[in-house]
Amino acid sequence: MTTTYAVLSEGLEKRFGAVQALRGLDLAVASGTVCGILGPNGAGKTTAVRLLTTLLRPDAGSARVAGHDLGREAAAVRRVIGVTGQYASVDGDLTGRQNLRLFARLHRVRGPAERAGDLLDRFGLAEAADRPASTYSGGMRRRLDLAASLIRRPEVLFLDEPTTGLDPASRNLIWAAVRDLTADGTTVLLTTQYLEEADQLADDIALVDRGRVAHTGSPAELKGLIGTHVEVVVAGPEVMARAAGVLDQLTGARPTFDEERNAVGAVTRDSTLTLPRLVRELDAAGVPLLDASLRPPTLDDVFLRLTDDQDLEEAAA
Amino acid sequence: MSTLAYDSHAMLGRQLRRMRNNPGLLVLTQTMPVSMLLFFGYVFGSALAMPGGEYRSFLVPGLLVATAANGIMTGMFQAAADTHRGVTDRFRTLPMSRAAVPLGQACADLVVTAAGAVPFLLVGLAVGWRVEGSAPAAVGAFGLLLLFRFATTWIGIFLGLLTRNEEAAGQLGGATFLLPLLSNAYIPTEGLPGWLRTIAEWNPISAVTTALRDLFGNAPVPQGAAWPVAHPVAGSLMWCAVLLGVFVPAAVRGYAHGER
Repeated sequence: MTTTYAVLSEGLEKRFGAVQALRGLDLAVASGTVCGILGPNGAGKTTAVRLLTTLLRPDAGSARVAGHDLGREAAAVRRVIGVTGQYASVDGDLTGRQNLRLFARLHRVRGPAERAGDLLDRFGLAEAADRPASTYSGGMRRRLDLAASLIRRPEVLFLDEPTTGLDPASRNLIWAAVRDLTADGTTVLLTTQYLEEADQLADDIALVDRGRVAHTGSPAELKGLIGTHVEVVVAGPEVMARAAGVLDQLTGARPTFDEERNAVGAVTRDSTLTLPRLVRELDAAGVPLLDASLRPPTLDDVFLRLTDDQDLEEAAA
Repeated sequence: MSTLAYDSHAMLGRQLRRMRNNPGLLVLTQTMPVSMLLFFGYVFGSALAMPGGEYRSFLVPGLLVATAANGIMTGMFQAAADTHRGVTDRFRTLPMSRAAVPLGQACADLVVTAAGAVPFLLVGLAVGWRVEGSAPAAVGAFGLLLLFRFATTWIGIFLGLLTRNEEAAGQLGGATFLLPLLSNAYIPTEGLPGWLRTIAEWNPISAVTTALRDLFGNAPVPQGAAWPVAHPVAGSLMWCAVLLGVFVPAAVRGYAHGER
């Protein structure tokens, strides 16, 4: 089966005055998946979303959203997308219900009042439905925002940092809504600074740094690039060399030493290494072991390493 | 075209609902011209050479037009607030007519202006102002007033989309209070030095004010005035056509393109 892409961009570039926000962004998001765009502040995440949602026009490059060309078929793109961002917001002077009814009318939804009522219930806003949105808490407002982009089920939903600054309950509600949507076949493109969010929701992650995609892959693939960190703490300095020998054998990596803590560490990409096996091997070699840990990499490690590596590459170039 | 009508109607509803949600603001903006009528009418009216009663009849059309010119301020503030708060961007991502957002805003403003004129004119009647001309001429005067308000709102929407910042719009909006001061809205221009009189009479507010005074029968068209004031109805229509011709396309383009 050939993969169809809900979002496909090639060489997107955008400059704001002296700042080159995007320098050739290539993105391929398969239909029905969640793609997490991960990157530090100023990496170009928001600019990418603004381009893909027709709010900005690229200086160079092209993109298709749900098969529609962004430049020539902007109106068709707008019919199939939903956008929730820190910038695309609801009207604070209207109540939650008035907002949703307005958006339902603009989307030509039959029975706008019923649709608004359904969404208010679903996002836990029924009680606050008739209060102006400006009186809502940050979490309620974001939920209303998301509800507004789901008035008509979008083919592609863009979420720009949907849970930044939210309490855990609101965050979980938004995560659950995203999972429901993908179960129904909606493609989600989500930008985030939270690695946990990307790990929880994304099928694929695009690491964006300085206006370019630095790496792509599933969360597991990206973590595989880093490997598992093994560390053992031994009884005294005299047995550190012996422990290092065992680690070398198990991981094939050169161990590192922390003399102050009598600790020896190594990194392995071998995902079959387990803690019991590590302990058995060290015990068999007669290493008096005080502590041992296998720490699988987090996306934080990936993020720091991969954006760091690029610093080094650029310094070398 | 039906898309434009449907979407504009939805946006008109949005603006009117916002005002209904916030009646305090509405009352506040409507009491401003009334209090100006009372202050100016009795303070200036006592100091000016014109008899007080006559000055207040002279002032009512002037204040109507000066208030209409505030369309620049309200249009700008609303457009800038929507842009600043991200509401404009939300509409931009929707499959709706590009002209509907500004058109809906301008139409809602017109409804509020028409409604706001009622209490103002009641106070005007109480302080001695009368329609001294024919009824059709008075209806024409109201039509002209609303057309002028419609034009100034579009100027405001254009400027608001340009500034994209509520605070800047608020500051700039305050400056629109100065515009009627350099016109014949509050004072007759005949007494001004020649060059200043020319500037004041080429102010669109002067043409519209003169047209209203003429149509209501409150004051004759001044002698030896600049063309738009000497031919006030034609001059007013000319100004409205120019303003709308420039600022409607500019505002629609500004809205559709954003910062692209």
